[in-house]
Amino acid sequence: MKDVALEWVIDMKIPRLEVKELTTKYITRFQENIYAVDHVSLKVEDGKSLGIAGESGCGKSTLALSLMGYYFPPLHYTSGEIIIDGRNISGMDPDDVRKSILGTEIAYIPQSAMNALNPTQKIINFIEDVVQAHDPYKTKKEVHDLARSSFETLGLPAEVLQKYPVELSGGMKQRTVIAVSVILSPKVLIADEPSSALDVTSQKMVIKMLKNLMENGFIKSMIFITHELPLLYNVTDDIMVMYAGQIVEKATAKEAVFDPLHPYAKGLMGSIIVPESGLRNTKLTAIPGVPPNLKNPPSGCHFADRCKYVMPECKVTSVGLREIFGGRAYRCILSEGELREVYSKEAYQNAR
Amino acid sequence: MPDETSVCLRTSGLTKVFGAGRQKCVAVDHVDMELCEGGVVSIVGESGSGKTTLAKMLLGLINPTEGDIYFQGKKRDIRTQKKKQEYWRNIQAIFQDPYCSYNMFNKIDAVLLDCIHMRGGRKLPRAKKTEMMAEACSFVNLKFEELTNKYPFELSGGQMQRLMIARIFLLKPKILLADEPTSMIDACSRATILDMLMQLRNEIGMTVIFITHDIGLAYYVSDVVYIMEHGKFVESGCADDVILHPKATYTRRLISDVPKIHEVWDLSTV
Amino acid sequence: MKHTLKQVFHSGKFIVGLSIFVAMLLIVIVYPLIVKYPPLEIIARGTFFPPGIYVNVYDSIGSPKYTLNLDNAAANRIASKLSDADRTAIKEWLVADGIPENQIDITDTKSLLDLWANNYDPTKEVSGMTLAKQRYYQRLDTSLRGILSTEGVSIAAKNAQTGALEEVGSVAQTDYANVSQVPNVRVLPLGTDNFGRDVLTELVKATSVSLQIGLVAGTVATLIGLTLGLLAGYIGGLVDDIIMFFTNLFTVIPTFVLLILISFSIGQEHRGAFTIAVVIGFTSWVWTTRAVRAQVLSLRNRDHINLSKLSGHSIVHIILYDVLPYIASYVVMAYILQISSGILTEAGLSILGLGPRTTEVPTLGLMMNWAMIYQAQILGKWWAYFPVIVTIALVTFSMNLMNTGLDQVFNPALRD
Repeated sequence: MKDVALEWVIDMKIPRLEVKELTTKYITRFQENIYAVDHVSLKVEDGKSLGIAGESGCGKSTLALSLMGYYFPPLHYTSGEIIIDGRNISGMDPDDVRKSILGTEIAYIPQSAMNALNPTQKIINFIEDVVQAHDPYKTKKEVHDLARSSFETLGLPAEVLQKYPVELSGGMKQRTVIAVSVILSPKVLIADEPSSALDVTSQKMVIKMLKNLMENGFIKSMIFITHELPLLYNVTDDIMVMYAGQIVEKATAKEAVFDPLHPYAKGLMGSIIVPESGLRNTKLTAIPGVPPNLKNPPSGCHFADRCKYVMPECKVTSVGLREIFGGRAYRCILSEGELREVYSKEAYQNAR
Repeated sequence: MPDETSVCLRTSGLTKVFGAGRQKCVAVDHVDMELCEGGVVSIVGESGSGKTTLAKMLLGLINPTEGDIYFQGKKRDIRTQKKKQEYWRNIQAIFQDPYCSYNMFNKIDAVLLDCIHMRGGRKLPRAKKTEMMAEACSFVNLKFEELTNKYPFELSGGQMQRLMIARIFLLKPKILLADEPTSMIDACSRATILDMLMQLRNEIGMTVIFITHDIGLAYYVSDVVYIMEHGKFVESGCADDVILHPKATYTRRLISDVPKIHEVWDLSTV
Repeated sequence: MKHTLKQVFHSGKFIVGLSIFVAMLLIVIVYPLIVKYPPLEIIARGTFFPPGIYVNVYDSIGSPKYTLNLDNAAANRIASKLSDADRTAIKEWLVADGIPENQIDITDTKSLLDLWANNYDPTKEVSGMTLAKQRYYQRLDTSLRGILSTEGVSIAAKNAQTGALEEVGSVAQTDYANVSQVPNVRVLPLGTDNFGRDVLTELVKATSVSLQIGLVAGTVATLIGLTLGLLAGYIGGLVDDIIMFFTNLFTVIPTFVLLILISFSIGQEHRGAFTIAVVIGFTSWVWTTRAVRAQVLSLRNRDHINLSKLSGHSIVHIILYDVLPYIASYVVMAYILQISSGILTEAGLSILGLGPRTTEVPTLGLMMNWAMIYQAQILGKWWAYFPVIVTIALVTFSMNLMNTGLDQVFNPALRD
């Protein structure tokens, strides 16, 4: 599937992490290709964080794995570039990636990372393993000092180091895992649903810690992946919405939540439930149907089956990302003006 | 609390204690609640607050250690299987995980036929039964012709949850207890499920009890909200009062810990 | 369901196990149809006849004779008569006689015998030789001469009237009989056992009986275990306590000792194969009960069971339709293991002499028992016990392999 990508020339800053037209696929047991990540391009700059929103099965976790260059069957790299600090790591051997990139340049926190803590090891032993895997020459004392100082700066009590994972609460485990993943001072942190399995209070603590990491320069930039939009709105600067392996909208957090352009993004934002006054008077939007099966991707727009504003051309013409002013982009056959017109017509009819 | 309508379900001092001695766990601690006919009530609590245990006691699946439940003014007595079956004609449930709610060896027809039989429709002619099942499916925007001979797990999560609602449409209970009905559903399908539940409630005059950890959801759907912590109700009242003007500390903390969009989310209070 | 079956038949281990098992079943079923000898018929007078083809010598004399001139016939004849000890003795004599050692090759029969023929002289004095040894060499020489001669033998029969021996026929050294023309030939691939029974036929029958015993024992044990486990796990409360009490009782008592006591008290006359099987079944249900109960306990709080309750289904309905299908795969595996263990338990009982009656049917354990009592292993008569061991091993191995294959299908976490 060809896509016309335009370079956006806004800043001359070299982005910390740049992805160009990345495509990766899963190969099933029956030799079928599932293009879970389809020509995705993104840029993350120092001091900024990017949020990736989307529902289960849209490919955001696969995108996170692919960004690391860490491919294991059945996940295979197909095409595209991943450039970190100017280095193109796409197509690199996974072992090289592990040694030189993971932990030191990019840190990745997978979903339910807190469940991956070895229950028979103390936290400090876990940290020793992590640090010594990258730098075998560090002594235990150096590791202990490093651990203690990191934990202190991040607001975690030092007693945690001597505890076993079972002795810690879910929120504390997750924060520990985050602290350990940034202990080697990576530039970019990729967090995949870091707070989904936690209760609201622990979630708040985790979010606060992540913001802290950015504000205190512990990490230079962050990619935050979740299906909960209110979190992204409060944490990240930019939001990218993914659907069926493709990016359908790119905008700043405010624009994405209050003024979405793509119909799917619009539907998603309309289904946000937050306990604020006025919620009872809003009508939540619902999008009927299910995402397309990526074993046989539809030939036209992936969202055409479920789109309220679908036109006959949508199902046959493949659509590229449309760039508009302000660094925004969205994937639709209609121009911005046409789209806004459709929306205002609908709003007028609903008001009557 | 609105008291013009009659009280459908009432509990008084409902308690459930598990274990004894050092391992004693008071899951539900002397809970009093009142449910008005046709109302929508939410019980909000985090995991471990005892809301699931309370739900199971209301449903009659667990016996309370102490306290009484009054159904339609009379004390509930479900000691025999017959009385249980009679009670269950009036109260039904929807559970959280649609994948676990179905017996994976039963086809969809069997699931729906079961509901018809429970309502005493065993002797109806085949055609009438099919008509009833088709009507139930179309209420939840599913096509019955496409579903016959399929197993529930061949559907998506949202479709399975809608099938649950179709079951309720056939069973027509007086009270529906929905235990986290949308927590495992995609955000896009959530509104559909909630709308269908409300529509069903309007059509058959059902009372709905939502059990949830999502206080935003509770605010959206219900008239009355109960906040539960460690087995006790710490606050109760109209949704507007509880959510917008919370009095209890726990409620305040719960609301402030949820990320907001239109209001500022204050991270410093953690 | 169809998908599960497809997966099951894709599992390598299951296929291999099933093939071995089916092969054994086929042999057990087809063999008696081809070979119709009764398995416990004593056909041999004498113990432990080695495996081989047994040709009736009397009949072969009377069969049509064919003359074959085979090159190595003489050598074969001599080689079978000349043992290693004899050859070494010949070499010793030759060396003592003065022939250099390196010229003597005891493996080359022809040259050895040539040397002997040329040099042996019974009158020669060899130093250090005892009289017995001298006589030995004389006898050896005579028998060698007999072998080396190319004369045939005469067959004489007693004249019914005169009582004198009359020659009725002769057999030359080049006479051969066609085995298929000899009326009485018996192939005994595994020889005979101590009683004189054909081991192979006995073995096939014993396998069949043991499999049946295993099946009966396994069925009884699984049925008991399944019922008790379901009731204990699902109903809980007092029922659970009572069932668990009995289960614990049976766990603590060593089942094998219990089996021995029961077997002993039943007495020889009543111990048929079926009785033993049922007794084994009644003492080995413990593990299955425990396992089923554990599975049911974990299923009990599932949503679909709660919903089934809310739909007003009775306890029996819920157990049969909502619980049982979910543990079915587990029960199938338990059943296979019970069958396998039933076979082994019976073998163990029989080796001790407490198995089924020895006069009616053979079982694998009984064959082992006889081999042990009559000291087959000490005597080196491997055919009496080795095939039995291999059979027991194959049966249990194939069943366990099937079980592992099924386990991998039903529990994806175990797949390799």
